[in-house]
Amino acid sequence: MCSIIWAVLGMTAGVYVAAELIWPGIDFGQPWLSYGRLRTLHTNGVVFGFGVSALMGTAFYSVQRTSHVPLFAPGLAWFCALAWQTGVLLGGLSLLAGWNAGKEYAELEWPFDIAITLVWVCFAIVFFGTIAKRRIKPIYVSNWFYGGLIIVIAMLHIVNSLAIPVTLSKSYSLFSGAQDAIVQWWYGHNAVGFLLTGGFLGMMYYFLPKHADRPIWSYRLSIVAFWAFTYSYIWAGPHHLHYNSVPDWVQSLGMVMSLVLLAPSWATMINGIMTVSGASQKLRTDPALKFIVLSLAFYGLATFEGPMMAIKSVNVVSHFTDWTIGHVHSGALGWNAMITFGTFYFLVPRLVGTELYSVRLANVHFWLALAGTMLYILAMWGAGVSQGLLWLGLDEIGELSFSFKDIMASMPPYYLLRFVAGVVFLLGALLMAYNLFMTITGRKTVSVRPPAVSEDYRMGSAPTSQTIPVQQ
Amino acid sequence: MNGVGLHRKLEENAGLLIFGILFVSAIGGLVQVLPSIFQESLQTPTATTKPYGALELAGRDVYIREACSVCHSQQIRPLLAEVRRYGPYSRAGEAVYDRPFLWGSKRTGPDLQRIGGRYSDIWHRLHLIDPRAVVENSIMPAYPWLTRRAANARSDIQLKMQALRRLGHPYTEAEIRAAPAALEGKSEMDALIAYLQSLGISRSPGDTP
Repeated sequence: MCSIIWAVLGMTAGVYVAAELIWPGIDFGQPWLSYGRLRTLHTNGVVFGFGVSALMGTAFYSVQRTSHVPLFAPGLAWFCALAWQTGVLLGGLSLLAGWNAGKEYAELEWPFDIAITLVWVCFAIVFFGTIAKRRIKPIYVSNWFYGGLIIVIAMLHIVNSLAIPVTLSKSYSLFSGAQDAIVQWWYGHNAVGFLLTGGFLGMMYYFLPKHADRPIWSYRLSIVAFWAFTYSYIWAGPHHLHYNSVPDWVQSLGMVMSLVLLAPSWATMINGIMTVSGASQKLRTDPALKFIVLSLAFYGLATFEGPMMAIKSVNVVSHFTDWTIGHVHSGALGWNAMITFGTFYFLVPRLVGTELYSVRLANVHFWLALAGTMLYILAMWGAGVSQGLLWLGLDEIGELSFSFKDIMASMPPYYLLRFVAGVVFLLGALLMAYNLFMTITGRKTVSVRPPAVSEDYRMGSAPTSQTIPVQQ
Repeated sequence: MNGVGLHRKLEENAGLLIFGILFVSAIGGLVQVLPSIFQESLQTPTATTKPYGALELAGRDVYIREACSVCHSQQIRPLLAEVRRYGPYSRAGEAVYDRPFLWGSKRTGPDLQRIGGRYSDIWHRLHLIDPRAVVENSIMPAYPWLTRRAANARSDIQLKMQALRRLGHPYTEAEIRAAPAALEGKSEMDALIAYLQSLGISRSPGDTP
């Protein structure tokens, strides 16, 4: 559960860089506190520290329960967990030291790229090994998504990180210029796709029905949505390169496939919302479920906004502005962080066989998280849309209406609001860290036995029924 | 066999599921990314695009290290307002020696693709040491420490140029031999300014500045 620590550290770095954009002097002339380095630390800390740790932990938890067996190679699983934490820690320090490969969300230099690949292979061995020795015949839908995460991220990471090392801390990409751009956004967009969307959908598909105590609303919809999602997400990367110097057909294809992507994204959201609709009374009393349902709402918002921003005529305004930052955070805070918070509130008390230390604090956290996310998005919409429109503003004789400096000078109110929003959100995360610490402190983890598998779904037996497996 | 029956095979066989995911997710990349990687015109430099000189290369690596590209784009879109503000729009051929590409995704500060020659060296120096001394209200971080570090402190400039030559950058043996001397006595600040001043001056003949 190092994920919680990375959540707090990553978010603190985020709040600090937000402050640096208002008071640029607070790096105190220190290279390692400089914006460029801390911002890189922030994105890597939250994605790889908070995000991947949470995904790895929940994947190991849920794959055992959906397969009715303990983990394959538990020693290797421990290695994965510890090696990943060490990697994130050393990687973070290397970013502060200025080791930077220069590609967004792939800044870590080549020694870390190799280490990440190794740990990832171990992750895959444990995960698929557990599935291979499962006692229940069907592989549950959450595992398709976790499996997709493991496979696709491996493919993207390896191709995008191809580079020629110069020294320990420096390498040059195998691709250059426009080609590097296309490969980078094929990686960058799908790291978001299969890690921050697909991986967390795996979390949703296990913990939401489990928590609501209802089966998934539509089994067929989950099949269609999964394969459509896996097929179409990978095409959408070039919408990060609209009007850039890459071929037009690549841009147009990226735009069309981004629009297509709306369908599977929302199909999954509808599946989740309908699943919980039969247990709506629980929403009043259970903060963990509230977090998960709210996260689905933000997931719906972000996956609607994304395709809209991928339309070239909208992208003209939104590209290069804070709107993009707002969009990322409606996904990252609203969807990823909230579903993870909900999952932690559900999971941690169960791990130690007790009740949550304080439901009241969790409720306070819920409202802080909601307020922080909303304020953040509003601030960035305001900043982004005004930047986009003012940059493009021309007067009647075709001269620029506003200088870059004047537009920049109008930003501080938005940036201040964003900083406040970040502080509010971080405060909520701190409350959670305290609450969960108090829940587990002094208690031992419980061990469980896999329950019996019904005759219909046991490995080796022929399926006799058309009913849908209700996961355990 | 109906669709659900067909899918039962996939979800009951881990090997098939892994293969299915890999196959389905690879299609997009194969159709979209692979052709671009082998597209000749994206690897052809414009008539005036040259590989970076030793000092400029060292400066570019400082630019990468400090992640300048998280706030400054190097990509002018073919839009009237952009061309008015920053100069002729970017061509793919101008970036063929960029490893990695530094087009960026955010303009907290202005685009820098054609910043070369717009300001004097001394302006850049003052600006990098204390941005607010020359641009009122700027929120750019200050980089005073660049003046105190030698451009070739790690003595790796020749290794860098050799690695790039292996990737196809046309550096001559003489250029690589002369590289340490070109960096002699220069600070990282000098290198970064040399890089900034080299940006975008290789625009195609006939383009208006």
